[in-house]
Amino acid sequence: MPRSFATGLLIAIAVLVAGLLFAFMVGRYPVDIGDLFTVLAAKIAGQSASVSPAAESVILQVRGPRVLAAVLVGGALAVAGTAFQGLFRNPLVSPDILGASSGAALGAVLGIYFSLGILAIQTLAFAGGLFAVAAVYLIGSAVGGRDPILVLVLTGVVIGALLGAGVGLVKYLADPYNQLPAMTFWLLGSLAAASPADLVPLFGPVALGTAVLVAMRWRMNVMSLPDEEARALGISTIPVRIAIVAAATLTTSASVATAGIIGWVGLVVPHLARSLVGPDFARLLPTAAILGGGFLLFIDTLARTLAPVEIPLGILTAVVGTPFFIWLLTSMQRTWS
Amino acid sequence: MILSGRALSIGYPDRVVGRDLDVALEQGEVLALLGPNGCGKTTLLRTLLGLLPPKAGEVHLGDAALTALSLRDRARRIAYVPQSHVATFAFPVETVVLMGRTAHSGLFSRPSAHDRMVAAASLERFGIAALAQRPYTMISGGERQLVLLARALAQEPQFVVLDEPTASLDFGNQGKVMREIRTLAASGHGVLFTTHDPNHARRAADRAFLMRAGERLAVGPVAEVLTRERLEDLYRAPIDVVADAATGVSAFLPG
Repeated sequence: MPRSFATGLLIAIAVLVAGLLFAFMVGRYPVDIGDLFTVLAAKIAGQSASVSPAAESVILQVRGPRVLAAVLVGGALAVAGTAFQGLFRNPLVSPDILGASSGAALGAVLGIYFSLGILAIQTLAFAGGLFAVAAVYLIGSAVGGRDPILVLVLTGVVIGALLGAGVGLVKYLADPYNQLPAMTFWLLGSLAAASPADLVPLFGPVALGTAVLVAMRWRMNVMSLPDEEARALGISTIPVRIAIVAAATLTTSASVATAGIIGWVGLVVPHLARSLVGPDFARLLPTAAILGGGFLLFIDTLARTLAPVEIPLGILTAVVGTPFFIWLLTSMQRTWS
Repeated sequence: MILSGRALSIGYPDRVVGRDLDVALEQGEVLALLGPNGCGKTTLLRTLLGLLPPKAGEVHLGDAALTALSLRDRARRIAYVPQSHVATFAFPVETVVLMGRTAHSGLFSRPSAHDRMVAAASLERFGIAALAQRPYTMISGGERQLVLLARALAQEPQFVVLDEPTASLDFGNQGKVMREIRTLAASGHGVLFTTHDPNHARRAADRAFLMRAGERLAVGPVAEVLTRERLEDLYRAPIDVVADAATGVSAFLPG
């Protein structure tokens, strides 16, 4: 169904704004909307706000970094998922199809196993994601064959399985009282520990990767055609594919390093965005980025408010994502609009 | 300008599909490529498009070797119309045609007003302007073929290469596509297409190239090459010719 870009984008922005309000206001310490705007306006103006210090601290120190991290991680995963679904011409693909998450997971559990600091763990996770995808790409290209895309996906699957075995081994060897819970928690994804210090290493790669993908949005339409057709239309598919994979991997690895593994966002949000503005990447990418941020804000707010203890994000996204996806399968018939 | 292959051996890294093939396509003419399933038609097409490197010999575009041109430069001269397929994503028809402008713009650029104008004119030309906003996945096979033709024209090429453009189309659409092929040639394009129906070659083409088991059996004006004897030899099957005495139109029927 053709829909207006403006309407779709507006709905995505509304979701993001609603998510922001929800995330700032709801929680163990409820904040009312007046206080929220007073504090934010004062912060922007560089003055001190005339509200209770507790409210100010909750908004700026406790929820602020977490909200920003959720927006960045959600947007990043959605953008990467959108890019990979187009590149692999398959709507069932998620950002970790080439092993970014499994590589990052192995890096992180190794960091925890060797009792490294949080920064070292994040660095290892980030490097693990990049390294895994680079390995998959190099092996996949070396194998070659007539359908490079299919070879790449299959290579991603087997390397991902190998890395998963590595994660299993490290968990098996880990101290079950001190290290295993930390590993499990990390593998299920959480923004509970998001701090202002996390935002810079998260923002940089996410902004860079997203900027590259958005800049290539028109080419991505063509890249979603069969390889030969794209080449006949004048695109050197190999360098463009490397650029897209690198940019999407950068955003994915940075989010995984900060928040652990959060499944489903990169799979579900691109579909939601597509149903709003259609499959044209020029429209889809910005919409998916905004919608992804809003989506994860809602999920994260539920994660910290639904139960007395934090629910890992990966569990909530799976609970939301599975029925959604089944609905998607039944309603979309055979085309993916 | 002439698109030509000289002494081509064609095939894949692990096997040779055809050898010693000479093909030439001039602007303004239509060349039909015929042959049994698996004879190497599509491989030859891909080689002439530069999508597959020849195992021997060279493809030339005018005086320049095709390999000396970038993919971008090739796409501005030769357009490829693949067999119509169902796309993964439901792009609007207009977006599909705009993709034909890829080679005319930079890696990071967006379609210009001129690109949109060319795309719109191309849709208009094939009489499918009304489909512009329809999803490509929701139109009929015949309409999809016309959209791909419009996309090819939007590339502003000198040559158009079509892979079985009439396959899986209904009778009316087969005729329509063949008429459009003639129109393309009339406007100065060199057109090469493959087909399984000699009648289509006779209707739309100036010359025919008969190919069997990777070798050239015959090439020449359709009236000379498309004879019952030649076709029976080509397909190794009996063929009947029926003629309408009143109009002089004749057609081949598999016997």
